[in-house]
Amino acid sequence: MLLHLDFASIFAAPNVKHLLWGVQYTALLTLTSWVLAVALGTVMATLRAMGNPFIERLVAGYVAYHQNVPMLAQLFLWYFGFPTLLPEGAQGWINTHGSEFIFASIAIGLCMAAYYSEDIRSGLRAVSAGQHEAARSLGLSFTKSMRYVILPQSFRIAMPPFINHTVVLFKNTSLAMAIGVAELTYTVRDIENQTFRTFEIYLVGTVIYLAVSLSLMGVGAAVTRHTRIPAK
Amino acid sequence: MLDIFTYNAHFLLLGQYPNGPIGGLALTLILALLGLAFAVPLSLLLALCRVSPYRVLSVPSTVLVYIVRGVPLVMLVFWSYFLVPELIGHLVSAFTTLVVTLVIYQAAYLSEIVRAGIESLPKGQTESARSLGMSYGSTMRHVVFPQALYNMLPSILSQCISTVKDTSIGYVISVQELTFSAQQINASLLTKPFQVFLILALVYFAVCYTLTRCVQGVEQRISRRRATGKMSNVRSIINDSVLQS
Repeated sequence: MLLHLDFASIFAAPNVKHLLWGVQYTALLTLTSWVLAVALGTVMATLRAMGNPFIERLVAGYVAYHQNVPMLAQLFLWYFGFPTLLPEGAQGWINTHGSEFIFASIAIGLCMAAYYSEDIRSGLRAVSAGQHEAARSLGLSFTKSMRYVILPQSFRIAMPPFINHTVVLFKNTSLAMAIGVAELTYTVRDIENQTFRTFEIYLVGTVIYLAVSLSLMGVGAAVTRHTRIPAK
Repeated sequence: MLDIFTYNAHFLLLGQYPNGPIGGLALTLILALLGLAFAVPLSLLLALCRVSPYRVLSVPSTVLVYIVRGVPLVMLVFWSYFLVPELIGHLVSAFTTLVVTLVIYQAAYLSEIVRAGIESLPKGQTESARSLGMSYGSTMRHVVFPQALYNMLPSILSQCISTVKDTSIGYVISVQELTFSAQQINASLLTKPFQVFLILALVYFAVCYTLTRCVQGVEQRISRRRATGKMSNVRSIINDSVLQS
């Protein structure tokens, strides 16, 4: 198997183009779901900090659901299940416009939002209550004290798990292949089916994933070192 | 929705069991348990290699852990699907492929947790054990591991729960586990995808949430024991304060 490796046929022009499309889709999917996840995660963590028991229960339920159901099941529910709840016209539009990418972004984004909100929440809890009280006594509103005093500190404290979950999010975009998003894993499988150079193409795909993951971890470690709040 | 569940409950929970191969939720749990049964010992070994002073052991184990952490599970499944038959010389079932992948994947993540547990123990523990004349092996076995594992129990258990969720990846190589069964039910019903996949999500939720609550119970127990200082087998914090005073 390993005696005659043939990377030349893998790196033939149409395959490279194909592969780059896959990389592009993975990057795009990572970006859209990351933005959704971070935004929603921050909002949920903030809402939970407001101390309204009803909202607290609601967010806790959201987090519990998304952390205890496999992402693949969530993808299926969004992609196969959700459109059937829509009116017929919308369903037709979705069917003709290729909705895999949108639903993959939503499913991955909403799922990872639960993890990010927990990261930020633990960051929020690590900021002492005195900080909040001081900000409020200085006349800042709840939103402003959150925005300028509490959240910046919690983000810095929550940085390590935050980076970790970003790597997880990037890796989990590969699940979108199950609903037919033509991202990197899907493309790798496709090229494998065409060329039968299994080892070579898997190696190329793995190296790409590994390079991005390790870079994310490396950048993450640097950012963590930079933003770490020094011990007093 | 309830009628879809009751009508398909047997298939979803047990597969075709008495008349055919076991599947559904039962297979999901079997996969998770089997994966963990091998992953936990392997993770201890990996952690031991990573903290070992010998580079021959620490470098390869570190590389392995980083590779597994950096590559998606789906990709690893495809790798085992292709490599395991090449390595052992004959075809293996998708079930075996999935178990092998889960073992390697979970062992890497668990070993990171165990390593963190070992490294967070105060140095004094190892040093005093060594000065008492214990060998490296017996220091690890009797002093370091018991404390590190106890401290990390909640994290280890939550990682175990994610094994249950990770078995869903078996769907892509057609292992008859819960997700695959749901997809089959969906294919036979055709018109009720939302209901079918909501049932799927709720079944996973019921299992994993129950386990999560148990882990939270364990976590509370551990922190309570720490707070009251009644620790029969773990004295790291007390010893630490004694050593540092």
